[in-house]
Amino acid sequence: MRSSKTLGLVILLLLVVAFSMATWLDPQLQARQQSRATDVLSVLMGDSRRIFAYHFFVKADAYFHSGFYPTIFDNRQSFQTPHMAEDAGALKGRNEGEETAFMGKPRDIIEEFTRHFLPSAHTHLDEPGAHGATTTGTDLGEASGGEVREILPWLKLSAELDPNRIETYTVTAYWLRRRMGKVDEAEEFLRDGLKANPGNSALLFELGRIYHEDRKNVERARNLWELGVRRWDEQPAPKTEQDNFILSGLALYLARLEESQGNLPAAFGWLERLAPVSPDPHGVEQQILELQQKLSQPSLPTGTNAASP
Amino acid sequence: MNNVLAVAGVVIKEMYRRKDFYVLLIITVLITGLMASVTLFHDDQIVRYLKEICLLLIWISSLIIAITTIARQLPSERENRTIFPLLAKPISRTELLVGKFLGCWLACGLALVCFYLFFGILSVSREHHWHLLNYFQAATLHWFMLAILIAMAMLGSLIFTAPSSNATICLIVAAGILLVGRHLNKVALTLSNPGQSIVYSFYYALPHLEVFDARDLIIHNWPAIAWKFYSIALAYALVYSGLLLTGACVLFRRKALN
Repeated sequence: MRSSKTLGLVILLLLVVAFSMATWLDPQLQARQQSRATDVLSVLMGDSRRIFAYHFFVKADAYFHSGFYPTIFDNRQSFQTPHMAEDAGALKGRNEGEETAFMGKPRDIIEEFTRHFLPSAHTHLDEPGAHGATTTGTDLGEASGGEVREILPWLKLSAELDPNRIETYTVTAYWLRRRMGKVDEAEEFLRDGLKANPGNSALLFELGRIYHEDRKNVERARNLWELGVRRWDEQPAPKTEQDNFILSGLALYLARLEESQGNLPAAFGWLERLAPVSPDPHGVEQQILELQQKLSQPSLPTGTNAASP
Repeated sequence: MNNVLAVAGVVIKEMYRRKDFYVLLIITVLITGLMASVTLFHDDQIVRYLKEICLLLIWISSLIIAITTIARQLPSERENRTIFPLLAKPISRTELLVGKFLGCWLACGLALVCFYLFFGILSVSREHHWHLLNYFQAATLHWFMLAILIAMAMLGSLIFTAPSSNATICLIVAAGILLVGRHLNKVALTLSNPGQSIVYSFYYALPHLEVFDARDLIIHNWPAIAWKFYSIALAYALVYSGLLLTGACVLFRRKALN
């Protein structure tokens, strides 16, 4: 009799606990659904996934160097910006010093000996790779089918972990289309990035490059780049150095596109937009002068659409 | 020598009768197979990340197999009291210890053959060429590194009371050396004395297991290691494991068994 009463009380207690848990969990679940953070990784790892995402992004750069890469104990001055991102034009380079000498001279006999068991030459996967020292004259990046593909798994994983890391998409898209000829995959990956980061100017810029350089669709490239500039303008101040780097890319490509289409006033407008943010202002001024000279010659054909930067 | 080989044979038999090796091999095959089934950007020739994952699993498995196998040898003999009839036979304590070491090391070698065979098959299936020399060097360096670890764990089994504490400490020490052993000199140089001298002494004294880690070279298809340095590394491993084993023998001779 007594045991059945205890059992009843236990069941009642469990019901109360279950009800309390439900009232506590339900609002949290709804809030999470609203913030779209429903994927397992976000729930399990929280913000720590951004740290792992950066780790895998750097890992991809280590693969880009065939494992010849500085650790946190080495001099990283020449590796502050991942080379694969710098080569892709996704990040403004901040690297200084000799990139082959990050290890320095061996400090002792053990270190000197250990180096015989480590990758010991600076190479990029799109240049003669790890075999560069032995197989001269070959480009493993392209001629051998593209060893540069080896960086892709880490970039994909990095994007999965942090979908808001823009460089991951732009770098991946660059190597996919430029070195591996996988234009469709590059576009699909960039569109995934745009889903996670709607209207991002860097992604629109890279997507525009796909339409301009690979699909030869000038109109669509122009639309994408102009949209990129509009989205850039809508971003709240202050603008970072990286933001200015993106704008310089957009304005430069738009200027070149308009010039190639014979639309010189629009090209002139974009060059003027480029001048204050360009890493080479004197070069841009020179181009503006040349364009002004062309504009002053009446025989040259000019387009009708003026740029609206 | 016959006594040593007889004891070693028993250890090898024990190894293949236990399930540890099979479980770890199956886990390695399953995880690597699962990762290989993922097609990234419609490209089925991407292989280096697979090689890295596979080698990482092989290294973890080999460390677990080597350390746990040797760590329980002497304590289980003492616990089951089989050590007394064993030593009552015409076999010295040194022979027993050396036999245990040799058996465990050879058993680890057999396990590594299976692991690296799988790694080779995986690599060839994607890369379509066989870097046999590089894989041989990596596997043998790995095997000789295990000799140091086995000798270290054997010494540990005479110092620590429980096999679990010995195995845990040995695994932590091995992981620590593999991760930061190479950089201790750089850390030392940032310190002032006496810290610098202490850390540098550690750097010189500890066995540099990271020397035997040629994973980066075979993942990224670097040329083979020069034979001169490869031989020196093997000799280094033999000297270190000899020193540790001698220490274990000295300790075992003086140790009361009950």
